[in-house]
Amino acid sequence: MLEVTNLKAYYGGIQALKGVNLSIKEGGIVTIIGANGAGKTTLLKSISGLIRSKEGRIVFQDQEITKFLPRQIVSLGIALAPEGRQVFASLSVEDNLNLGAYLYYRRKNRSKIRTLKEEVFELFPVLKERLSQLAGTLSGGEQQMLSIARAMMVRPKLLILDEPSMGLAPLFVLEIFKVLERLNQRGTTILLVEQNARAALRVAQYGYVLETGIVILEGQAHKLLVNEKIKKAYLGD
Amino acid sequence: MENYGLINQLAQYLITGITVGSIYAIVGIGFNIIYNATEIINFAQGEFVMLGGLVMVTLVHTVHLPMPLAFLITIAIVTLVGLLMERLAIFPLKETSVMRLVIMTIALSILIKGLAMFVWGKNSFALKPFSGDTPLSLLGASIVPQTLWIIGITVLLVVLLSLFFGRTIIGKAMSACADNLEAASLVGINAQRMVMLSFMLSAGLGAVAGMIITPMALMEYDRGAMLALKGFGACILGGLGNFYGAVVAGILLGLIESYGAGLISSGYKDALALGALLLVLFIKPSGLLGSAEASKLKKF
Repeated sequence: MLEVTNLKAYYGGIQALKGVNLSIKEGGIVTIIGANGAGKTTLLKSISGLIRSKEGRIVFQDQEITKFLPRQIVSLGIALAPEGRQVFASLSVEDNLNLGAYLYYRRKNRSKIRTLKEEVFELFPVLKERLSQLAGTLSGGEQQMLSIARAMMVRPKLLILDEPSMGLAPLFVLEIFKVLERLNQRGTTILLVEQNARAALRVAQYGYVLETGIVILEGQAHKLLVNEKIKKAYLGD
Repeated sequence: MENYGLINQLAQYLITGITVGSIYAIVGIGFNIIYNATEIINFAQGEFVMLGGLVMVTLVHTVHLPMPLAFLITIAIVTLVGLLMERLAIFPLKETSVMRLVIMTIALSILIKGLAMFVWGKNSFALKPFSGDTPLSLLGASIVPQTLWIIGITVLLVVLLSLFFGRTIIGKAMSACADNLEAASLVGINAQRMVMLSFMLSAGLGAVAGMIITPMALMEYDRGAMLALKGFGACILGGLGNFYGAVVAGILLGLIESYGAGLISSGYKDALALGALLLVLFIKPSGLLGSAEASKLKKF
């Protein structure tokens, strides 16, 4: 579905990615784990078009998208729920969701938007109670849910999540991972970047370990979970 | 004039205040539109008003176009100026700080003022009122019909804009860009287009303000700065980014000026209006209608 070949990217003048190869098959959950500054966010921003200065090749469903703009990439069906709960803070929860479906508005597809919203409410019932509240006044966990929900409103083929568990209480983390599994069962392919390596490897089928801009290890998630090196460096055993 | 009672005078000041205040309100809303989409304070906002007035004068009195047609063409021309301004001066600087862009708008306002002086000279120009100048009488105050045009058009603009920003997805998308540019592009919004749109909208709005005020107050090339200052005052006083705030504060500033000029001295009217602005900001820095919570999220 997504093939990243020898991707090099520059972020703030430094080379954050030094030739990354990545392959995501349709229907699975793939995770990228790594420490702070390993280049995880840069990788995601490169895939979604936010980072323009990059070399290499990114191919999505047989189409090269390396030089595409973010809005072109999202219209192909790749949605990124960015790190740090980047919701539209001064707009209501409902407006945030509507804007997630911005492309459908442009195509005047109102009934689709209603169905999408119903689906989102089913996964995140708390958002329905908060519809008219300003997004900036939600709690951290709720903002994280809204960020994911907004990305889901794109009805993406590939949903990319950057640190969905960051700064959240364990209960919220559990809830968000449950939602991801349910989304995946409904056919959404998921690329998950996490510092919480244990949780990520438990839900994913395949994993990549990123260190200072290169993939140092990859493999099936259940094997990575028992890999001695990973246990020491990322799982805290 | 002794029998011209105090009540009548007060009513007269009220009308004048609301009229002048409506103009400040429109200019304030113009500031808000660009601010909401870009976080830029566009100090060339007053220049749109000046251009609106002078272009209208030329079209009506030199080209002899009928008023309604001249009105529409003026909006189109000034909107085009707004578009060019964004394309030629703001867009090329894209990845820079907001502060630099703000300074750029100051440069542009000086440039536009200079060009206007070149085209129209330094004289003040009059424009004939939209529908005659036989005064109407209300509560003993005499009202020229242009007053009603000004107040009516202001109300209409406020209603249209609140529908645009409150109900349409394009309006929401513009706010989203201001809120978080990166997230906006991630949901597929063309942020550059929104910035362009905000400048056009704001320019067109300024043009309307210029056209409706010129029959009452004349227009000359260097009026922009003072109008921008008062409009900016309205925008800050009402709470930066808040449309209704700008309307309430604009009219309040107009009233303070009008009553100040009438009851104290016309020499103090600017001082009184700006003094009131300072006072409110000392007590409530987020402005009359601005929420303290929202202002925490703002850069200015």
